[in-house]
Amino acid sequence: MSFQDSDKTKSEASAFDAPAASRLVTELRGAFASGKPSSYEWRVSQVKALAKLVADHEQEIVDALQKDLAKPPLETVAYEIAMLKNSCKVALKELKHWITPEKVKTSLASFPSSAEIVSEPLGVVLVISAWNYPFLLSLDPVIGAIAAGNAVVLKPSEIAPATSSLLAKLLGDYMDKSCIRVVEGAVDETSALLQQKWDKIFYTGNGRVARIVMAAAAKHLTPVVLELGGKSPVVVDSNINLKVATRRIIAGKWGCNNGQACISPDYVITTKEYAAKLVDALKTELEKFYGKNPLESKDLSRIVNSNHFNRLKKLLDDDKVSGKIVYGGEKDESKLKISPTVLLDVPRDSLIMSEEIFGPLLPILTVDKLEESFQVINSGPKPLAAYIFTNNKKLKELFVMNISAGGLVVNDTTLHLAVHTLPFGGVGESGVGAYHGKFSFDAFSHKKAVLYRSFIGDASVRYPPYTTTKQRLLKALIGGGILGIIRALFGWS
Amino acid sequence: MGMDREMEEILREMRGYFNTGKTKSVTWRKNQLTGILDLIHENEDAIFKALHLDLGKHPVEAYRDEVGGVEKSVNKSLSCVEKWMAPKKSDIPLLFFPAKAEVLSEPLGVVLIFSSWNFPIMLSLDPLIGAISAGNVVVIKPSEQAPACSSFLANTIPHYLDSNAIKVIEGGPNVCEQLLQQKWDKIFFTGSSRVGSLVMSAAAKNLTPVTLELGGKCPAILDSFPNPSEFKLAVKRIVGGKWGPCSGQVCIGIDYLLVEEKFSSSVIEQLKKIIRRFYGENPAESKVVSRIVNKHHFERIRNLLKEPLVAASIVHGGLIDEENLFIEPTILLDPPLDSEIMTEEIFGPVLPIITLNKIQESIEFIIAKPKPLAIYAFTKDETFKRRILSETSSGSVVFNDTMVQFLCDTLPFGGVGASGLGRYHGKYSFDTFSHEKAVMHRNLILEIEPRYPPWSKFKLEFLKLAYRLNYFGLLLHMLGFKLGLKKYN
Repeated sequence: MSFQDSDKTKSEASAFDAPAASRLVTELRGAFASGKPSSYEWRVSQVKALAKLVADHEQEIVDALQKDLAKPPLETVAYEIAMLKNSCKVALKELKHWITPEKVKTSLASFPSSAEIVSEPLGVVLVISAWNYPFLLSLDPVIGAIAAGNAVVLKPSEIAPATSSLLAKLLGDYMDKSCIRVVEGAVDETSALLQQKWDKIFYTGNGRVARIVMAAAAKHLTPVVLELGGKSPVVVDSNINLKVATRRIIAGKWGCNNGQACISPDYVITTKEYAAKLVDALKTELEKFYGKNPLESKDLSRIVNSNHFNRLKKLLDDDKVSGKIVYGGEKDESKLKISPTVLLDVPRDSLIMSEEIFGPLLPILTVDKLEESFQVINSGPKPLAAYIFTNNKKLKELFVMNISAGGLVVNDTTLHLAVHTLPFGGVGESGVGAYHGKFSFDAFSHKKAVLYRSFIGDASVRYPPYTTTKQRLLKALIGGGILGIIRALFGWS
Repeated sequence: MGMDREMEEILREMRGYFNTGKTKSVTWRKNQLTGILDLIHENEDAIFKALHLDLGKHPVEAYRDEVGGVEKSVNKSLSCVEKWMAPKKSDIPLLFFPAKAEVLSEPLGVVLIFSSWNFPIMLSLDPLIGAISAGNVVVIKPSEQAPACSSFLANTIPHYLDSNAIKVIEGGPNVCEQLLQQKWDKIFFTGSSRVGSLVMSAAAKNLTPVTLELGGKCPAILDSFPNPSEFKLAVKRIVGGKWGPCSGQVCIGIDYLLVEEKFSSSVIEQLKKIIRRFYGENPAESKVVSRIVNKHHFERIRNLLKEPLVAASIVHGGLIDEENLFIEPTILLDPPLDSEIMTEEIFGPVLPIITLNKIQESIEFIIAKPKPLAIYAFTKDETFKRRILSETSSGSVVFNDTMVQFLCDTLPFGGVGASGLGRYHGKYSFDTFSHEKAVMHRNLILEIEPRYPPWSKFKLEFLKLAYRLNYFGLLLHMLGFKLGLKKYN
């Protein structure tokens, strides 16, 4: 507590306003222009420093998340710390390969030539992160930004204050301050940052703020990555191993920060006749996981703050759904705890079905035939993730072809997040752009097209006397019906 | 208001059509691509005529820069679209066994293409090829500043392409504004950075991803060439890159030329010689030079040249014919660096030559300006090449030639910073109009218990080993061997 207080007085003493933000960007631009962050050695040293930072301070990270979210240590270790370590490891292992220019074939029209695509850093980038996985969602994009050779400003979420100040302290201690900075703060500080010209803005959060971020970016033509959320559905078929499916749904919903995760299942769709079985299975497994009194369980995160607590309470208080609770529904306002809650047959026009829930409430919708679920999903905005549990091959195929979402998982939930060879990002309302693994590197790189031409080769092919080889070559060049292009390349001759 | 509702109605119908899934099939995509091919083959003369009306473009130039390019793009897409559509397998860690992962490209939905007037056919149809290949439904808004081409596209496209899925909406700024009020799944814009910024602001309201193809001041660097034939060829290619396409009204055209002071007079002599060879003694009479697109742009360029110090720097050309909107190929030597001609994109047939003491100084000169769409460097000095590559930033870099990168569809085409965001051509066009959907398949047989609460130290250690992909450690752990457990309270 005392740590937080001292930090607060410090930030009040020197308010971070637009001129301060402008000075910061100018300073970082100078550091970037020196060419330091572009070097391979710098990138490796910084990713290593980040890995060391995480390894050295596991306990403090666990503690900060416990303060901010009452996050169970295991969740912190598994989903934040281990994921980050893995990201560092992948970046360190692959970086040499990522930064190597990619040779591409040149078309005959520009023969003879060679071409390559060079990944270059964008410059000075801004990462604005979220409160629900405040450690992972801050540093995972930063790894990509560093690996790509950029100077970075990180703005952690003020809604997870302990983690925010820990990040500010640790990054200050471990990272190269001339190129990597943390700016703590809320709306004012974020606005000051958004007024500046960045070479990329990477934002994780909600659609409302994302619109503000993108509009601010538009002024400077800054490209953006927007990692948002949405109502990620789970379709449950009846021909399945129900126990395994149920446990995987629970792990993705309540086992991920008590539902406060962008890829957590938001709602379930199943058939009318199967719903009762599914509810029973959920009840049984939830009790196994969290005991008879889940409000006391140490394995569930709390709701982040009273704003969100009240928001969730309002969703439950809606007349249309208050009678639909079949499990849970207990609340403890003083501890900001809500128990895992299952609702059956909520109407589609209820509040809970019209916005992202982002909490421990799981509505189940029922349909006559499972295929109808596609129409239900497609009638809403595109979600960040969509899940299906089924052994029916045809249904799987239909699901994969017809459901548009950032990512799909068949017979599990949330796991795709941990597969760094898959791009992670939304589509439509669930976001713009993607990251993880190489995709993170690409998100913070410009792909520069480079074409090399020579004078010698040119002369030998373009001009007479023609040999059979040249003639064949010219035929091939023109064969594509691009006579005019060739003529141009020959300088109108 | 009526217009708004009409537009909404058109879009609702188009979205409905997209939702039928028809545009996702390979057959539909290929049919449309073939339709574009038929369109340009059967209407070549009409296209040449429209381009002549709008820009005074010579048919050979029109073929080279517009029809030929479109033809090449269509053929490329036709031969590759199935390969592009195929899901890409991703490796996944053994830990998730049994599972498989793939990336599936799916169409974004209803997309909008704004094209520009300088290559009104190519810059409309080339992005359209990408949008169709990716299976989208498309609205094209051609530039009203090339009216003959705009109405050609509006009248001809419905005869060749599925008119439920591909529509041309003509109009000026008002229509643009109305279009921007609608919700799109992608906006692809070619034009100026001022309008690009407006487009992106409008897109932000619906979180619509954008590709912005803008321009900038593309420099050409000319190093010394002791070999006279190489020097001549380099200058020839510079002339081709400045005045060749659309009289310098091109986003990747050379904007200005950097040379060492001691070579400037020989460069100017050679430039003049080649200009004379290409365009004759009286370029105004030659039919091979495009005119300036309209009065507005003509005035703009004239004003750039009017500045007294700029006017005094003219070493060749400078002839202006208002009636025919013609400006002669013009060369300036060392105009003031703070004059508008050196701070704004010229987009016309005027080439300022900036002299430096040493050619290596061109790097500093270039990085002091916003990032251009292209950098052209004529040099055989490998160290200098490497320095240009690593110390400057631009959409593309071409060594020892100009413009050819546009035709090389294995290279991404697009800007960075002020010159744009996003890229297209070849596979990149397909990707620009696709969402890469991550798909992971699991089965319900094997299960790893430690994923689930109630949490214990055993599970914690298990997960740590698992994330490190330490399978041997995992095995030991499962068998009950003690490993160094860290304590968490």
